[in-house]
Amino acid sequence: MRRVRLTFLDHMIRQPVVYQMGHDFKVVTNIRRADVQENVGWVILELEGEELEIDRALAWAQSLGVRVDPALGDLIEG
Amino acid sequence: MANILSLRCRECSREYPVEPLNVCEFCFGPLEVVYDYDAIKKSTSRKKIAAGPRSMWRYADFLPVDYNPIVDINAGFTPLIRSRNLAKVLGLNELYIKNDSVNPSYSFKDRVVAVATAKALEFGFETIACASTGNLAGAVSAHAARAGMKAYVFIPSNLEAGKVLSAAIYNATIVAVDGSYDDVNRLCSELADKYRWAFVNINVRPFYADGSKSLGYEVAEQLGWRAPVHAIAPAASGAMFTKIWKGLNEFADVGLIDSAVPTHMHLAQAAGCAPIAEAYLDDRFIIKPVKPNSVAKSLAIGNPADGYYALKTIEASGGSAVVVPEDQVAEGVKLLARTEGIFTEGAGGVAISGLKQLVESGKIGPDDLTVVYITGNGLKTVELVQDVVRPINIAATVDAFESAVPASVT
Repeated sequence: MRRVRLTFLDHMIRQPVVYQMGHDFKVVTNIRRADVQENVGWVILELEGEELEIDRALAWAQSLGVRVDPALGDLIEG
Repeated sequence: MANILSLRCRECSREYPVEPLNVCEFCFGPLEVVYDYDAIKKSTSRKKIAAGPRSMWRYADFLPVDYNPIVDINAGFTPLIRSRNLAKVLGLNELYIKNDSVNPSYSFKDRVVAVATAKALEFGFETIACASTGNLAGAVSAHAARAGMKAYVFIPSNLEAGKVLSAAIYNATIVAVDGSYDDVNRLCSELADKYRWAFVNINVRPFYADGSKSLGYEVAEQLGWRAPVHAIAPAASGAMFTKIWKGLNEFADVGLIDSAVPTHMHLAQAAGCAPIAEAYLDDRFIIKPVKPNSVAKSLAIGNPADGYYALKTIEASGGSAVVVPEDQVAEGVKLLARTEGIFTEGAGGVAISGLKQLVESGKIGPDDLTVVYITGNGLKTVELVQDVVRPINIAATVDAFESAVPASVT
């Protein structure tokens, strides 16, 4: 299981990315919290599946221009 | 016993017991500590605080852990200096500098780590860990050394080894991870689930973050039990910024300072990594994460955990945020050094140049009581200002000196 934060900018807002992810990859997507507005939005997503499949699904989302980050913000600090 | 009741989700308000937890299992919101303010009000007083240790532990009534001398390396109670020269340059009559660069490991991180380490011991952890490229690594390692705990510090393998010398010297285990910052983030998240370690900004984060409240308490006490009209602080995750505000308001709530906190909270970030300040300037509460590319390395958090809450703090306090151009980071460091004799790192340069912008834009008036937070020491990042070293080379004679430096001849 992995928890990530997807950020959608501009044109990506209108794309059904989470649906497509669950459809095209062997992952179970579970939206836990989200805030989507006209030009920007984010979704905290829980993903279940094999690690490699989750990696592939997230790489696909990134290739579309969706930003993928740790769900709780960066852990590495200065 | 610490005056705390529970942990609570900042989003859905679900309550959790006081355990090493940082996230709500229902909505994934961050957890924060719930305090027993009635108990705090009964036990605290200006007199008691003033008679306390000359460290952040004088505010133990407000911290989420009992004082533990085993971890204490004397973090906090750093100088609040009235500025004369910088104030004059900026045209301010009441400017104070909170110099937190003189903490035991030379940054404000000692405050948060002091609390995290004490809490980790209380929870029975024997190992403390973090992912850091600098200040946090030093603070964790120093406190672990004092507490007799094991320390693990994770860094990206492309980071210059010297950057973590201030952690390695305390005998921490430095783990250089092949991959990007994102890979380090992910690995640490997995390790935090797998090992029974106290990861300071993961499973003990609610307690850790509250160490920064002491930056609010101290300034209020040092100003003679009052809050400033303006506070300027640099921001990375945004947590420290929110906790300064929380500290000032807690003091007001229990009657140690006037009930209406007048402070406008101003946040400063460098242009190469300004996701919070840019959100403010775009008038949105959604943070767009960025890939950091800034000389202010200690502020380089592209996906700030507390960015949203920092924006809410700005809103609640009537404050603002500024983006400091990259070339003004080192200029801010130099300005503070040559006017006040304080050598800060890039984050301090961001705060000083941010302050300058706020004054120039009229957001801070000449007679406003203003405090700028300097959170880290310049000796850790000397490469940022290496160009100030321009020695005058001369032969070893008085003539050579006087002809090369004519102004010295009187």
